[in-house]
Amino acid sequence: MALDAFVPWEDPEAKPVIHFQNVTKRFGDFTAIDDLTIDIYEKEFFALLGPSGCGKTTLMRMLAGFETPTEGTILLQGQDIAPVPPNKRAVNMMFQSYALFPHLSIWENIAFGLRRDGMPKHDINDRVDEMLRLTRLEAFARRKPHQISGGQRQRVALARSLAKRPKLLLLDEPLGALDKKLRQETQFELMDIQEKTDTTFVIVTHDQEEAMTVASRVAVMDHGKIIQVSTPDAIYETPNSTYVADFIGDVNLIEGKATGRDGDKLKIAWAEGQPEIVGSTTTDFTNGQTVHFAIRPEKVSISAEKPESGNILPGKILDIAYLGNISTYHVELAGGQIIKAQTANNRRLSRRTFTWEDNVWLSFTDTAGVLLER
Amino acid sequence: MRRIFLIAVPYLWLLALFLVPFLIVFKISLSDTALAIPPYTPTLDFAAGWEGFKSFFSELDFENFIFLTEDDLYWKAYLSSLKIALTSTILTLLVGFPIAYGMAKAPQEWRATLLMLVILPFWTSFLIRVYSWMGILSQEGYLNQLLMSIGLISEPLIILNTNIAVYIGIVYTYLPFMILPIYSSLEKMDESLLEAAEDLGCSRFTAFWLVTVPLAKQGIIAGSFLVFIPALGEFVIPSLLGGSKTLMIGKVLWEEFFSNRDWPVASAVAVILLLILVIPIILFQRNEQKQRETEG
Repeated sequence: MALDAFVPWEDPEAKPVIHFQNVTKRFGDFTAIDDLTIDIYEKEFFALLGPSGCGKTTLMRMLAGFETPTEGTILLQGQDIAPVPPNKRAVNMMFQSYALFPHLSIWENIAFGLRRDGMPKHDINDRVDEMLRLTRLEAFARRKPHQISGGQRQRVALARSLAKRPKLLLLDEPLGALDKKLRQETQFELMDIQEKTDTTFVIVTHDQEEAMTVASRVAVMDHGKIIQVSTPDAIYETPNSTYVADFIGDVNLIEGKATGRDGDKLKIAWAEGQPEIVGSTTTDFTNGQTVHFAIRPEKVSISAEKPESGNILPGKILDIAYLGNISTYHVELAGGQIIKAQTANNRRLSRRTFTWEDNVWLSFTDTAGVLLER
Repeated sequence: MRRIFLIAVPYLWLLALFLVPFLIVFKISLSDTALAIPPYTPTLDFAAGWEGFKSFFSELDFENFIFLTEDDLYWKAYLSSLKIALTSTILTLLVGFPIAYGMAKAPQEWRATLLMLVILPFWTSFLIRVYSWMGILSQEGYLNQLLMSIGLISEPLIILNTNIAVYIGIVYTYLPFMILPIYSSLEKMDESLLEAAEDLGCSRFTAFWLVTVPLAKQGIIAGSFLVFIPALGEFVIPSLLGGSKTLMIGKVLWEEFFSNRDWPVASAVAVILLLILVIPIILFQRNEQKQRETEG
């Protein structure tokens, strides 16, 4: 039995948990959030991705209640949350610095929010124990935050913010302080916990791999605007702009002019004396319009013999980046343009076919890349 | 060898500057007053050898300490000093905490200036500053002139030569000792802790009590001791600003030494004062050590 896909954003009937309506936030002259409209649905794991200063943290702080929008409204389950102070919102936040109370034990840290709600004592005990189990921290309940490791602190912060069963959990760069290996493990833990608790998660991150791994949808932000919101695979395979294509993963960008159309095939002239690139697109391009052709390195194949079909470009290997599992070849085309091509190293290095200065053929099918207007 | 040397230096320092003077004072407190120079007896006669040594010790007794318990002036003075020191410590805390809090919250570029302003009064002699308070608090002083000119009072308030003036003087003098440790503990505090507390359901006010105050606890304790200990033995402020009714052990001590020239009794007063002070200091250090142990 196939699992039903979780795609509430495609359901016109679905009610969003969070609705941003034309929200603008200014700090003096600086516009942090620029006329932004977005919906976030229940049980989503929504990632805000962007370079530092793109407004993603401001967006999150507005949800938590530490900032109020200059213009526009934010609705939480249909209610305008602007007048609700942070301590009255059904929203909890996991801070980048974790913000664990150093004078309280792990147990007391997790119980902190529950106690403020005046929950009966044995309910607090049950809930804290449940959170400790969920985050595998039972053994550390009596310790103080400085007596545990960074990864454990991260889990305490998560447990504390989940303890009150928020409708919405905000995670501000939650894994930023962890080393790479621990980060990858923790990403799966986060997804697991999100599924178990059925909470809506909004995560802020500048790490695109992290956003791609954990999120059901990713919003790529730049200069206070959302450039594209989509599922990780859609963002990767069909970015809507060169900004998104370039921000997510590695990409070859070739600028050219549209020269002719044949069905959904578009021909692009991109350099004098070079064969035209043919790509598939549904967008209308007029002849002579500037087109950006974006193709991922792993979709470019590299061969010694001239392939028979598709787009074929001759070039010379300039550089090889050996990464263990894959190798990235930097190939210089006749016009001086450098194209990256990636291959999996499923053979041993000693049997590699190419080396520096080899003349090679690059090829890709006409559906491998995307054609972008900007 | 190096280790022993390193440890020996501070111990020798303490021995020379604390233990030896203390033993001298303690010895005087066991002596009898005499009309001589020095004004007490016995003195150790080295020329008499062992016999002199024996007679020296046989003349020492606890008479003066017993005397202190018989005359209620002394224990009243101790109690009154404790009361004044405790009250003024609390007052200094009430004044100092908001100042330290404001400094810690001030923009980064202002903090150095503010710290400077807190320390600035130390550049003037302590005595001059206390004297100038006499000018402010006296019946024709600036404070009364100001209050009368704005019509708040019609008759001058009598502040100088009362306990109120002593409190004002102590709070004013020891305020920096309260502000600095509290400031340093507040300054280290991560702002996001307060946001986290709010996020978890605290109002601003409860966040202050549940997060800010516990985190400033070490600073508050240190500041309170730095004010309480010198305030207990304070002599200059009560004798200049206080009235004849202001009873403080520092003043009694001074009078015993210089007015009565009764060095042995004065020394006994000093020894008791030291014992009173040693107890809270030891308690304080125990507490600090425990804190360190639990924090690992």
